[in-house]
Amino acid sequence: MIYSVPGTPGAVVNAKPQYENFIGGKWVKPVKGQYFDNVSPTNGKNFTKIPRSTSEDIELALDAAHAAKDAWGKTSVAARAVILNKIADRMEQNLELLAVAETYDNGKGVRETLAADMPLAIDHFRYFAGAIRAQEGSAGELDEDTVAYHFHEPLGVVGQIIPWNFPILMAVWKLAPALAAGNCIVLKPAEQTPWSILVWMELMADLLPPGVLNIVNGFGVEAGKPLASSKRVAKIAFTGETTTGRLIMQYASENIIPVTLELGGKSPNVFMADIADKDDDFFDKCIEGFVMFALNQGEVCTCPSRALIHESIYDKFMERALARTKAIVQGNPFDTNTMIGAQASNDQLEKIMSYMDIGVKEGAKILTGGKRKIVPGLEDGYYVEPTIFTGKNSMRVFQEEIFGPVVSVTTFKDIDEAIAISNDTLYGLGAGVWTRSVHDSYRLGRAIKAGRVWTNCYHAYPAHAAFGGYKASGIGRENHKMMLDHYQQTKNLLVSYAPKKLGFF
Amino acid sequence: MNRVEISPEALLMLKKMQGIHGALMFHQSGGCCDGSSPMCYPLNDFKVGQADVFLGFVGDEECRAPFYMSGSQFEYWKHTHLTVDIVPGRGSGFSVEAPEGVRFMIRSRLFEDNEWAILEKEPVLTGQNH
Repeated sequence: MIYSVPGTPGAVVNAKPQYENFIGGKWVKPVKGQYFDNVSPTNGKNFTKIPRSTSEDIELALDAAHAAKDAWGKTSVAARAVILNKIADRMEQNLELLAVAETYDNGKGVRETLAADMPLAIDHFRYFAGAIRAQEGSAGELDEDTVAYHFHEPLGVVGQIIPWNFPILMAVWKLAPALAAGNCIVLKPAEQTPWSILVWMELMADLLPPGVLNIVNGFGVEAGKPLASSKRVAKIAFTGETTTGRLIMQYASENIIPVTLELGGKSPNVFMADIADKDDDFFDKCIEGFVMFALNQGEVCTCPSRALIHESIYDKFMERALARTKAIVQGNPFDTNTMIGAQASNDQLEKIMSYMDIGVKEGAKILTGGKRKIVPGLEDGYYVEPTIFTGKNSMRVFQEEIFGPVVSVTTFKDIDEAIAISNDTLYGLGAGVWTRSVHDSYRLGRAIKAGRVWTNCYHAYPAHAAFGGYKASGIGRENHKMMLDHYQQTKNLLVSYAPKKLGFF
Repeated sequence: MNRVEISPEALLMLKKMQGIHGALMFHQSGGCCDGSSPMCYPLNDFKVGQADVFLGFVGDEECRAPFYMSGSQFEYWKHTHLTVDIVPGRGSGFSVEAPEGVRFMIRSRLFEDNEWAILEKEPVLTGQNH
């Protein structure tokens, strides 16, 4: 099936000529009256105008959030959970519309937005609706007459800065736990992909009390920075890259507030020799596991962008892996048969191509791909051929996050070398391990320094499995009820039930 | 012998940004989304750490910006020469040029053997002590 492009006859969603910020439950024009053009990476065309907000707009949003925070924090968890479930239901009722909007804004195939982005986002709200109902404080009996009670309290007003690779899903990863925990939010979407979350907000506007969720659009330097450095946020959550992550921590240190950071990776995907013992379904699954580097055009922080293959199976494995990579259907993102769509922006495309260049200069060999792809009818879109490099782990294409459909392949001779190569990286977000041996899978899984080790699977992102980084990949865990702790204060009441004095004074 | 330089087009934008924000600096980013790109900030907005490596200044007498990278990242990058270039696009970090609809980016080449022979003997400067 091919969905109509927004703005053409038969489209399930269309863009307005211009959008506004969502502040205090209303659509509000930016104070300075400036807007920027939003381009669809699918065809390189401007299709709407988005507020180019400044610190004045962030302050308005913070005013609205602070006005709403006491009432929202006191709203019962049952009532908050009902709202989260209503959001999930409404997303489900509008799944196609949201999926097509996401595809137009980000460039990814509608196959993924229909089957992954939206269902995962919906489930995320339901998960945290349940988690907050089940959360309990504690009562510790310190001695016969003394009890320590622990209560969870919301932080108040939090800031969230969202990346462009999964615009709605990444927003929901942060929104659902923060709302469940009783916080009010000022959220800044990525400037590459501001539209889909505004479409989402239009659908949800009546479900949340005014001021509980505020969306302010604009550029990092003009809108993100005043949010991240504000004295009026109790916490800042950011997904992005390392330098901005450091900058956000520096701002946070000035205000003494906590941060959660998700800063990317260079994830190893380890294929042990025994996977090729049989030519069965599992071996076929391993081949698919390799090709996962192309999922979402490689624009995933956990892209399995370093494939480590045991030297004894290299030829057999790569023959299949190459054939499967060449069979990737790339093209019109609105066609449900399309497996990979467009990169999210022109600068992203240019950066990927610069890595093709340095990869070759460093002596890495291209087995397939390596070029920009021109899609007929979408000539101005930002498409890159799925690319396989072979080389050494010290090369820059093995060490830097390219954020494109590019995998760098190398071999290892034994499990110790596989562990050493896996850990020879600045990052530690994800990893993949493929083996028929429970012993090897456990040893690798525990030895690889990454927050998540997918074992005989890859790129699954269910709620209730903690996701986050070791090393330079960040601080904190998302996707799990433990995320509630990142959005709550702990209140301890230390109570004496003893009627008699201590006798000290 | 320099480790990093800037293209004429990128320098024009750097000058324009200097006119708006005052003196500037670069810090090379790693990781997710807008990562692996140079971030351009007002000088002293980003606190350069003791472990950051100073690769050199880019620009000319009129407009000169120091370029830094984290020490751990430098270990993987040190054999390559970097050029700050500029392309149309929209970065998502806090880099100052993004509102202009352009993005600084890095082009790289390997150092030649004779260049490397010189650089190898030079001390690596860290932090702001340069």
